[in-house]
Parts: sequence; structure tokens; C-alpha cells
Amino acid sequence: MQQQITLEIFRYNPDDKEGPAYKKYEVPFRKDWVILDALNHIKDRIDGTLSFRWSCRMGICGSCGMKVNGNPVLTCASFLEKLAPGPIRIEPLEYFPVIRDLVINMDDFMDNLKKVRSWIIHEKDDNLDEEYLQTPDQLSDYKQYSMCINCMLCYSACPVYGLEPGFMGPAVIALAQRYNMDSRDDGNKLRMDIMNAEGGIWHCTFVGDCSAVCPKNVDPAGAIQRYKLEGARAWWTRWLLPWGKE
Amino acid sequence: MKHQFEPFWWSWFSAGGTLSALVLPVVMMIFGISVPFGWIDDPEYDKLKSLIAPVSSRILIFICISLSLLHWAHRFRFTLYDGLQLQHLNRSLAILCYGSAILISLFAGYVLWNF
Ligand code: SF4
Ligand code: FES
Repeated sequence: MQQQITLEIFRYNPDDKEGPAYKKYEVPFRKDWVILDALNHIKDRIDGTLSFRWSCRMGICGSCGMKVNGNPVLTCASFLEKLAPGPIRIEPLEYFPVIRDLVINMDDFMDNLKKVRSWIIHEKDDNLDEEYLQTPDQLSDYKQYSMCINCMLCYSACPVYGLEPGFMGPAVIALAQRYNMDSRDDGNKLRMDIMNAEGGIWHCTFVGDCSAVCPKNVDPAGAIQRYKLEGARAWWTRWLLPWGKE
Repeated sequence: MKHQFEPFWWSWFSAGGTLSALVLPVVMMIFGISVPFGWIDDPEYDKLKSLIAPVSSRILIFICISLSLLHWAHRFRFTLYDGLQLQHLNRSLAILCYGSAILISLFAGYVLWNF
């Protein structure tokens, strides 16, 4: 008989009076399977009520993030073999409200993305006939931050996001930087005001776990520290040279 | 607003972190390891003392000490704030941490001045 491995999965159904519980499932232990394959096996063959998000199965869409044995990971990129002999505990991402089973509510994240204007802002009206040219050097300034797939693993890894209500969190700030550093964008000042306010960069205490778990090497912690440097520079300019340009 | 002075304290924290990361390992390597193990000759008290005699050396040492302390204060403040869940004491923690860093810095300045 094929070798099996046990998954302990967090189950929660808001209509159930019993509240959340962990449930055990035995799945075939296959070398070529990632956690997501095991979850799909359960959904297809064992228990069709299990809910979770996924789409691309190749680390692109960012929807399959979960906590596996306590660590936030993309389940489509985590092999069962690495976690053998089990049991493997699978939970929804930390610090987010759970809608059902492994599905979290990401409204807070989406709202914050809008709040920091994560798109290109032009001061003047867009001239649609004009091309906005960019050199490879200018592209490389922000490219790293543009690799973010919104998987929110960094939120699940950030203790400050869990402790400070209102903190915008790593990826949103890295994405604000992504547009700030884009040579075609004029929104720096606008975003700086938001970042200096409640919920912005000054909540961050540089734990650094966000960058450690990021599957795309975005380094949100680095983005935040760079942002702080800019914020501090603006602060000193305001106080020492009130007539100067921030 | 809660974060009005955060950039101010963070600037010292950041400067202190950078400086102590550069200076302290060297000091520890020389005085903590190399000298006791006899890898380099003991620099002798008098020689060291003459090294810090110029005002510029003392100022340099003062900057290293005070910035490292301010770096510590900021870190420690957030260790207490988040680690011990003392969010409601935000202001008192700031006064306690930055205040003691400033006091110890002043004391260091006093000692260096009168050396
Ligand atoms: S910064 Fe990294 S961990 Fe955070 S959402 Fe983007 S890709 Fe995911
Ligand atoms: S399923 Fe798309 S990133 Fe995992």
C-alpha cells in the first residue's frame, strides 16, 4: 500500500455552532506533491466541504498562502516531502479574519492598497499621445518591489501587523515604494503624507520577518527602512529649513 | 498626532545603529579578544590615555557612546511596548528610555571632559 501522511487542517464553518476545530486527513505521500495537491486530493476524494483558495499552482497568483506548521508559505510551492513524516498542520494566514476553513478576509489589505494610491499618478493631465520612456536603470530602481504577488505571507509573519490595529503592513508599503521610485510617477508627496500618518511606516519596528518569508524576494522590510530614511529627511528639512523644499 | 516625533528619534536610532555596527565589533575584537589572547601587544594604559587626550578624540568617543545609547533606547522602548504589551504607556516608555539614554550620555560627556 502507498505510504500515507497526515494533515491536520483548521476547519471553521460560520454556520456551525461548534466553532473552529482541527481535523485529520490521511493523504498519499507522494514525492511530487505539494501541500496544495494534498488539499485538492482531500477536496476531490475525501471531504468536498473543505474550502481554500488557489489558482495558478505556480507561485504567480498569490492566492494559496497558508500557515503550514506555523510558517506562512505558498502551499503550491511547499513539497510534502520537506515536511515528512508529518503530521502537517495547516491553518489560515495569521492575523486575518477567517471567512471559512482556510479562506481569509483580505478587505483590510485591499482598502490599504487603494489608500496608498498603488498606481501611477501624473501631476499633469495624461497626454495619451506621449510615450513615457524609461531607461533600464530607472526600471531597476523599483523592479524588485513590483514583483509582489499580494500573497500576504508577509502580513502573517509580521507581529506588528497583529499588534497594531490600523498598521498598513509590509506589502502595501513596499508597493507604495514601487510607485514612488517609478520615474513616471509624481505621487511621492501624497503617499509620504499617508505613510507618516497613523498606520504608516512609523509602526514598523524592523522585525524583518516579512522579508524572510516573501516568496518573491521583494524585501518589504528594506522598502520600509528606505521609506523611513526619506521620512526622517523630510522631517529634519521641515524643522531646520522651514523655507526649504521637502 | 502620535507619530509626530517618531522621525526625530528614529534618525538617532538609525545613526546609532550604523555607527555602533561599524565601531563596536572593532573595539570588541581588539580589547575583548585580540589583547587578552595575546595576538597583539597590550597597548598600555598611558598610551591609550594619550590617544584620547585631544578634544577631537573625546568628541568622537562621545558621539559613539551617545548614539549607541540612543539606538538602544529606541529598540528597548519598542521591546517593552510590543514585547510586554505596554501600548497604553507609550509616552512614559519614551520618556524613560530616551531620558535614560540622554542622562547616561551626559554622564559620559562629563567623564570624558574631566578625564
Ligand atoms: S511582499 Fe512578498 S510576502 Fe508580501 S505580499 Fe508581496 S510577494 Fe507576498
Ligand atoms: S496557487 Fe497561485 S501562488 Fe499558489
